[in-house]
Amino acid sequence: MVVFEKPHALADVPLHYCPGCTHGIIHRLVAEVIDELGIEGRTIGIAPVGCSVFAYNYFNCDMIEAAHGRAPAVATGVKRSDPENNIVFTYQGDGDLAAIGTAETVHAAARGENITVIFVNNAIYGMTGGQMAPTTLPGQVTQTSPYGRDTSKVGFPVKVCEMLSNVDGATYLERVAVNNVKNVKNAKKAIKKAFQNQLDGKGFSLIEVVSTCPTNWGLTPEKALEWLEENMLPYYPLGVYKDKFAEKEDK
Amino acid sequence: MAEKVLMKGNEALAEAAIMAGCRHYFGYPITPQTEIAAYMAKRMPLIGGTFLQAESEIAAINMVYGAAAAGKRAMTSSSSPGIALKSEGISYLAGSDLPALIINVQRGGPGLGGIQPSQSDYFQATKSAGHGDFRLIVLAPASVQEMVDLTFKGFDLADKYRMPTMLLSDGTMGQMMEPVSLDMGEVKEYDKSSWAACGTKCEREHNVVNSLFIQPDELEKYNFERYERYAQIEANEVMYDEYRMDDAEICIVAYGVAARVSQNAIDKARENGIKVGMIRPITLWPFPKAVLNAAADKVKSFVCVELSMGQMIEDIELAIRCKKPVLLCNRTGGMIPTTADVLSKIEEANNIGGDK
Amino acid sequence: MTHQILLAGFGGQGILFSGKFLAYDGLIEDRQVSWLPSYGPEMRGGTCNCSVILSDSQIGSPIVSNPDVLIAMNLPSLDKFENECVAGAKIFVDSSLVDRKVERTDVEAYYIPATKMASDEGLSGLANMIMIGYMIKKAGVMPYENVEKVMAKVVPAKKQTMLALNIKAVELGYNFD
Repeated sequence: MVVFEKPHALADVPLHYCPGCTHGIIHRLVAEVIDELGIEGRTIGIAPVGCSVFAYNYFNCDMIEAAHGRAPAVATGVKRSDPENNIVFTYQGDGDLAAIGTAETVHAAARGENITVIFVNNAIYGMTGGQMAPTTLPGQVTQTSPYGRDTSKVGFPVKVCEMLSNVDGATYLERVAVNNVKNVKNAKKAIKKAFQNQLDGKGFSLIEVVSTCPTNWGLTPEKALEWLEENMLPYYPLGVYKDKFAEKEDK
Repeated sequence: MAEKVLMKGNEALAEAAIMAGCRHYFGYPITPQTEIAAYMAKRMPLIGGTFLQAESEIAAINMVYGAAAAGKRAMTSSSSPGIALKSEGISYLAGSDLPALIINVQRGGPGLGGIQPSQSDYFQATKSAGHGDFRLIVLAPASVQEMVDLTFKGFDLADKYRMPTMLLSDGTMGQMMEPVSLDMGEVKEYDKSSWAACGTKCEREHNVVNSLFIQPDELEKYNFERYERYAQIEANEVMYDEYRMDDAEICIVAYGVAARVSQNAIDKARENGIKVGMIRPITLWPFPKAVLNAAADKVKSFVCVELSMGQMIEDIELAIRCKKPVLLCNRTGGMIPTTADVLSKIEEANNIGGDK
Repeated sequence: MTHQILLAGFGGQGILFSGKFLAYDGLIEDRQVSWLPSYGPEMRGGTCNCSVILSDSQIGSPIVSNPDVLIAMNLPSLDKFENECVAGAKIFVDSSLVDRKVERTDVEAYYIPATKMASDEGLSGLANMIMIGYMIKKAGVMPYENVEKVMAKVVPAKKQTMLALNIKAVELGYNFD
């Protein structure tokens, strides 16, 4: 009896991610959701520039590699090319989504673009070797903030869910984490809802996944999870930041 | 023949794009090309197409990238500084072998420059439309009819060779009205199923649209393949027009509005007994090298007329292997050479005599 | 036969429209035509001009830098373009807005108080077409009998009430003096 297998939407290839990195879990959750909703044949994923740049090799649906920060614009073009059929998701890191691609993120949300955005926030630029990200915590040491992020000189982290919750066009914003079983289950629920919203034509959904980067944080995978719980989660509280249709559904 | 209508160049171009099957337009406002966006905003919703005003030129070209990746005919239009912003996206289109049409209604530069007609983006269009090893097919209309014909042709070439094509126009061509026929004939369809990211329907392996190749030998291989295609284009797609070249001793080389002004000057010079003609490149890339090189064996000198500090002149000198002198007649910053300016340069060319 | 026509005035005087009227005549007569407006900040309330070329042979430059017909509907236009006209050119001046005479002696000058006539006749805003009517009479750029046919093409369907008024304005100019 098979008790555990790879989701069909996840390609049977080795991932390049570092040991202990949570990208693997998040990829799997996205793939499980695609399987469960039965949408692999009509899904087009947009990979970013950053650690998940090779995501186009890891999903079995059609994939497009976008320029740094431009995934929401590319997704817009794909979605508009066949809005009835195409299910479009972007998979982006913090540098991609919240620094170089801020305008594309905000305006895709403002347009209520009917797409799903998976946003992986690990507070650092991983692919380029650990530089300060827009989400790097105050005081956090990185390659380009070697004395700790000095907010008097480089300002404060961008809280994406909080920021977008003020954008009228956004439909659904939730921040989740994958640091324990309970949170993984909740993350999957949120990701599924973000895809279901698109199927239902409800508009822009973004799931922020607070993640670890053991390699660039200089911690073991286990310590990285502890660091996430002690430092990241207090600054980036988990929860639903906006759900336009929640009230109606509750009634 | 279809009845001719009087249309502004920019509007005629937009209608031609629609007739070519383009249903996806993404743009950002900038003078002097706004008529294109305005026309698309009006027409697209009526025919089930997409008009979207993006948050920036960068977003607009990436929306084009997305629609093109999904296998649709997509376009954007802008003017000089806006094209500079699109250059990253243009490079990605080229690197991912995606067809698309990019319109540049040029204005004066550098920097914010001005809004009057210019041809100072020749280098940008033909040499460095973005980073990396790639080419754009560059088409240069010299009438409203050519705005239409080359838009139609531009989409076809883009699909045929799977690469971005640029229509390099200027404010004069965009703003002027001339009688134009919109009878374009059939749109040729291309099968995009082997590469377009439009959903696998779970019937095939997934398609990946991508320009990232970490292994240098792999990237080199793709670049080599792309340049083999470019060689075919250079062999098969060169377009130019000749005007009074049969017995010419002086050859003007000019495109777009500069060619129109030159035509007047040629007629005047001929009245004064000077044997002058013109070779007008219609494709700026591929550049009509062979015809120019052949002309260099017959004429005594060339005059390059352009609305820039002298950009195309370098390609002329290369094409003719510097066999004959090439004089420059130019205005820049949004100024246009007058017939008299060109005429006096023709006279100068006539006086410098024979071989260099 | 080629006519190089330059129409100039302030933005809002209908300069571009009157140029379009001439261009449409070229279209229905199957002549070569080009129409080129000045564009940019000048459009927004400043001076405005429009080049129209009607020809029986291929048109080169669409820019009229040396007109053989000039319509000047304000002083800056006359100041700017009088010296650009070819010898023998016909210059039409709206004398209700321009209080000086044409200085050159090698051109033919025609004066018509078009703006005043328009307001007297309840054709306010149509001085441009009065100028066109007078110009057709004196310069013969297009046949007068085409006026109604061309006007029907150039006045948009939504503004059909303007059709008769425009025709009347052209008539008024044509029958001046």
